[in-house]
Amino acid sequence: MGATGIGAPVRRKEDQRFITGKGHYTDDFTRPGQAYAYLLRSPHAHARLKALETAVARGMPGVLAVLTGVDLAADKIGSLICGWMITSKDGSPMKMAPHPAIAHGKANFVGDPVAVIIAESLAQAMDAAEKVRVDYEPLPAVVDPAKAQDASTPQIHDLASQNTIYRWHLGDAAAAEAAIKSAKHVTRLELINNRLVPNAIEPRAAIAEYDQGSDTLTLWNTTQNPHVARLVISAFVGMTPEHKLRVIAPDVGGGFGSKIFIYPEEVICLWAARRLGRPVKWVAGRSEAFLADAHGRDHVTRAEMAFDGQGKILGLRVKTIANLGAYMSTFSSSIPTYLYGTLLSGQYAIPAIYCEVDAVYTNTAPVDAYRGAGRPEATFVVERLVEVAAREMSMDPVDLRKKNFIDRFPHQTPVIMRYDAGDYHASLTRALEAADLGGIGKRKRDAEARGKLRGIGFSTYIEACGLAPSQAVGSLGCGVGLWESAEIRVNPTGTVEVLTGCHQHGQGHETTFAQVVSERLGIPIDNVSVVHGDTDKVQFGMGTYGSRSGAVGISAIVKALDKIEAKAKKVAAHLLEAAEGDIIFQDGKFTVGGTDKSVGFGEVALGAYTAHKFAGQELEPGLKETSFYDPTNFTFPAGCHVCEVEVDPQTGESEIVAWTAVDDFGTVINPMIVEGQVHGGIAQGIGQALLERTVYDKDGQLVTGSLMDYCVPRAQDLPALKVEMTQTKSPGNPLGIKGCGEAGAIAAPAAVINALTDAIGTEELPMPATAQTVWRSLQKLSHARAAT
Amino acid sequence: MTVALTVNGKAVTGDVDPRTLLVQFLRENLRLTGTHVGCDTSQCGACVVHVNGKAVKACTVFVWQIEGADVLTIEGLADPSGPLHPMQEAFRENHGLQCGYCTPGMIMTAVDMVYRKGHDLDDHTIRHELEGNLCRCTGYHNIVKAIAAGAKAMEGHQPSKPAA
Repeated sequence: MGATGIGAPVRRKEDQRFITGKGHYTDDFTRPGQAYAYLLRSPHAHARLKALETAVARGMPGVLAVLTGVDLAADKIGSLICGWMITSKDGSPMKMAPHPAIAHGKANFVGDPVAVIIAESLAQAMDAAEKVRVDYEPLPAVVDPAKAQDASTPQIHDLASQNTIYRWHLGDAAAAEAAIKSAKHVTRLELINNRLVPNAIEPRAAIAEYDQGSDTLTLWNTTQNPHVARLVISAFVGMTPEHKLRVIAPDVGGGFGSKIFIYPEEVICLWAARRLGRPVKWVAGRSEAFLADAHGRDHVTRAEMAFDGQGKILGLRVKTIANLGAYMSTFSSSIPTYLYGTLLSGQYAIPAIYCEVDAVYTNTAPVDAYRGAGRPEATFVVERLVEVAAREMSMDPVDLRKKNFIDRFPHQTPVIMRYDAGDYHASLTRALEAADLGGIGKRKRDAEARGKLRGIGFSTYIEACGLAPSQAVGSLGCGVGLWESAEIRVNPTGTVEVLTGCHQHGQGHETTFAQVVSERLGIPIDNVSVVHGDTDKVQFGMGTYGSRSGAVGISAIVKALDKIEAKAKKVAAHLLEAAEGDIIFQDGKFTVGGTDKSVGFGEVALGAYTAHKFAGQELEPGLKETSFYDPTNFTFPAGCHVCEVEVDPQTGESEIVAWTAVDDFGTVINPMIVEGQVHGGIAQGIGQALLERTVYDKDGQLVTGSLMDYCVPRAQDLPALKVEMTQTKSPGNPLGIKGCGEAGAIAAPAAVINALTDAIGTEELPMPATAQTVWRSLQKLSHARAAT
Repeated sequence: MTVALTVNGKAVTGDVDPRTLLVQFLRENLRLTGTHVGCDTSQCGACVVHVNGKAVKACTVFVWQIEGADVLTIEGLADPSGPLHPMQEAFRENHGLQCGYCTPGMIMTAVDMVYRKGHDLDDHTIRHELEGNLCRCTGYHNIVKAIAAGAKAMEGHQPSKPAA
């Protein structure tokens, strides 16, 4: 391993600029002649745009332009798109409504842009926005996804009757029905997976600049995937040909999925910059981010799990309504389908599964991937069912899980996924040991003596990560391939640049990728730099999300390193005047086997570029290799999280007194960074379970529209976290990496709710289980008990 | 209107719209972009700087309100040609940051916390004192570790004199 190799907790190279305030986030850039864009947004959730009067605003100090959806359409700028085609049960394609970057004719959610004001300063743009007159004809708003398909509910988009985008299914309906009919016990739950607002601390931002001389556009954008943005904006939105658009993703302050998507604002900035011949900058305010960033989750689910007399799971049937909001965001269709239904087997051998998902439009912000993207929703369904079933059948929840664990691999589930490797018993056993499950009885009694209720809950989760094998997702409707690229450039002086199609926004790639290269080539880690985030530098990549950068991004690097090693040996053979087959490469040295004749990596690098020793024409000068790596399968990180909680029955306040996580991520490049990813994921999962509530009122107004009303977890809301790892390598990629970025967010909500319901003795506990919610559940329970 | 103050040891003046917040003045007029804007309701703490030796949210004060004051930003915490401040080192050593966006505000809050609460900070105190600083990446676990370590390391540390 060495101090800087694979498995070492190397301190991060990128930290130097972040801890000294020298990072370069999008808003830190100022382009010469920069103008500022401010978006006027619909205050109505659903309204016809009868007329827009912009003359007064246009005349205000500093205003350069006031542009509307009419102007956008006249310039033939196309719609934003969803890139994953989901087909309904009846074979019909999903109903993707037009999504112009500025609303044209109708506004469909509070926050939908209706005009853009561009001025010399942001203050001037905001002042002018107040003078734009919009004649709205308000329409009744559709807000509740459970009612969106009712006959009496207004239709939002012409092409989607009953506001239904698709009616999708997966699995075997007849087998699931038979399992439920023949079951000794069926546990039934109605679950809501609460809508979340991502709230990365850096708000979204874009700067667009047009160079008239070369007719090229440049976009600085807070994106997790600059090449995907470039492709969508050029080929689908029709802004400009792909080769005339450069997209730069500089330092980005967190994404969690919310910065994957191609949004109206960057399209507007590019279009306006070209029209005006001035660079245009837009930065979201936080309240604006609440309105206009893609939200996460928002499922309404009915689920049934069938058991035999010994507690073996016979089948699972799930019906979900997924709220996709007012427009289909870039990956929205795939989240409640192929990233959700396919994980419903959990860690269990379930013979029969049937899942139906109806996706609906409502007059709310678009919904798309947010850390976990479909897998937290699946885990919540499965782990609540198993826990509640154990209680209903008077079985130990640990024993019930163990009885049903998959313990032979590979395991083909009934929902497409074929799990490659895992050891669920190992992570469960270790987690229970580390969490001191044995002492819970005493801890509960001690708590009771203090007037508190203590509970413990488990979540044995699995996820599908390392998105994704291109052929597999293509066959399921994905419009892109999900491979990754790496180009390794060895310089004449022996330093190395790794150009990756991944993008870091907290994950530490500048360090972890360098660890892999440094170890393989036997060169100091300081001699390796990682280049990412610029479509002019990296030819193409799919970006970072879905816990893919290790499993897919690093695998591309390893393949490129294989090619580097192969060519370097050829160069060394020339330098050492030996046969290529006799060259051994180890610890940065090329040696002629059986002799002490050797050259170092540095000499080979220089030799490759001077080419003085190359005889004949077969070997080209240079030492630079590229690999595009397409994964052969998803990877399947899995583990067990244990939450211990204490509730004050007087107030409903809960305190998480202990958290234990034992996760299997396969090979881990930097355990310090991996633990940090788990910490962050757990925090977001706890936030969902206890604190974060997104509320739209019946008129579609976002009531929880700022950090005053929406509770992002603070340090005092969270406990210290005990994080450990077991390891079964993924057989699917060269280093055996599974990925880790989303695990905490996937596992945590079920662990929290299982613990709380254990503490308070009732299953009726929606998320977020705030103090008020817990208190109400306790009151309801005590009234019910008093009545009997 | 004209404002005059000292920032990181240097006397500065500016001609500003009265609505200019301190954070805008720092970022846009002085091009000190290390202080960040993360919200619009004074919750997130990404904008924390020191004004006359005390932690202040730069988004919640107009620059004219602190006319004549002594401001220290993340850029001034350590001499660029010298060693890092022990709190900065502690954040790196303990992986107390991921995306880095909340980090300048976290570090400035942490340094102020030590001035007020001393060098021996326990978990409970640190978490309570971080009420005004949000992080979405780390779950705070390593931030708390970093601040505890940084607090100890600050014992006997002389604040650097920023270049005049």
